[in-house]
Order: sequence, then C-alpha cells, then structure tokens
Amino acid sequence: MTPIQITIAGAILLVAVGLYGLLVSRHLIKVVIALQIMVKGAMLAIIVAGAAVGQMNLAQSMALTVIVVDTIAAVLALALIVQIKRRTGTLDAAELTQLRH
Amino acid sequence: MSLHFLILLAGLFCAAMAVRARPLTAALWLATLSAIIAIVLYRLGAHEVAVIELSVGAGLITVLLAFAISMAEDETMPASIVPRPFAWLLVAVAGGALLWLLLPSLPAARQLAADAPFIVQVWENRLFDLVLQMVALIAGVMGVLSLLGETRATGTTANEPTPRMEGEQ
Repeated sequence: MTPIQITIAGAILLVAVGLYGLLVSRHLIKVVIALQIMVKGAMLAIIVAGAAVGQMNLAQSMALTVIVVDTIAAVLALALIVQIKRRTGTLDAAELTQLRH
Repeated sequence: MSLHFLILLAGLFCAAMAVRARPLTAALWLATLSAIIAIVLYRLGAHEVAVIELSVGAGLITVLLAFAISMAEDETMPASIVPRPFAWLLVAVAGGALLWLLLPSLPAARQLAADAPFIVQVWENRLFDLVLQMVALIAGVMGVLSLLGETRATGTTANEPTPRMEGEQ
C-alpha cells in the first residue's frame, strides 16, 4: 500500500472510531469529543485527497474552513452543555427528555 | 512508509482511548490525537494547516474542554443505550463501505487544474468561504456571549436581594 492509501485508511478508521463513540456515549462532553474525532478524520481525508491529485493548497484552504467551523461548533456545543448542566443538573443525553415537551 | 504507518497507528490508539476514557482524560487523549494529526499533515506537505491544527486542535479545544468539564463538574459515565455489538456492526458497515468506495478510486485520481499558491487559494479563489467563516465566527462569539450573559443575569437575579420601594415595610 502507498502512503496515500495508508493515510486514507487511517482517516476512515478515525471516522469509524468517532462514529462508535457517538453511538455508545451518553455523556454530552464525550459526544463532542467523538464529533471532534470524526471531523479530524474528514479533514485528514481532504488533505490526502489534495495530496493524491496534486492540489495541496486547495485542500489546505478547505481544511482551514473545516477547522474554523468545527471549532465554532465545539465552542457553541460546550456553552450549551454548561447551560444544560445548570438547568437540568445532568449531562446524560438520555435524561434530557424535557426537550420533548 | 513504516514510520507513517506507526504514526497513524498511534493516532488511532489515541482516538480509541479518547472514546473509552472519562471526559477529562479523554480531552487529553484528544489533544494528543490532534498533535499526531498535525505531524501527519506536516509529513503530507500541508504545513500551514498542520500549524493551525496544532494550535487550535491541541491547544484551544483542549482548554475549552477542560473549562467546560470544570464548570459542569460531572465525570459520571452513564451506560450506553445502543447495544455495543450493534454499534460495532454499524461502524463496521460504515467503515467498510467507505474503504470499499474510496480506496480503489485513489490511484485513478487525476490532477484537474493547476494548483494556485495557498494565499491565492484562501484570499481569492475561496473568498466566499472566507467571508462565511467570518460570519460564522461572529455568530459563534455572539452565541457564546448570549449564553454566558444569560447565566450571569440569572445568577444576579438569584443572589441579589430585591430592592425595596420607599415607604415599604
């Protein structure tokens, strides 16, 4: 296998690990961490694609967008999590049934 | 190639530990994963993004996670709703499908157009993305400020005594 193929396999496995964490975690902060892992896999895949087609600068500009949006999403999610903890007293996603009503 | 493989293996180990560990430890494993991803990006030739990933992924996000965990003060680990074998099955199907779709197509990838310098790509070719990033940054800052401001207002109302009117007993 070439380094490009090894890296794309690693990126896919990172997305898979993040997806597993997203499925099995009920702690809201762990959910954010799992999402971060998935996004890192996607960003790595973008860079590998850029390396494969010889357009690294275009891939870098796309990866920059991914990093910025991912950071904003994480900051907002963590602020919401702190609010949820203060209002409901729990970080268990399964116990947040008040949102249904 | 073997060094590249070992670095990626270390990254996957960090990701697995971040999924398994308690929140604060998981944040540290995530920071290590970010540092390893930055090394991989640098080795692939994405030098600018590697620096940004190291500073933002391993620095800013870790500090924010530690801050949120210290504010929430909740290290409990509730059991999963989704059965773990079913989760493994879903992950295997999704990961297998991605591998099956992407790996064979990589050698056939062709260079579509000449690659412009990074500065030109960011400030000219993807200017719309840049403007959207700025809007998203401002919206994110406003969102966090409104959330924290709401907390401060609630805390002030709860802690301070109600002012009395003149002549009130």
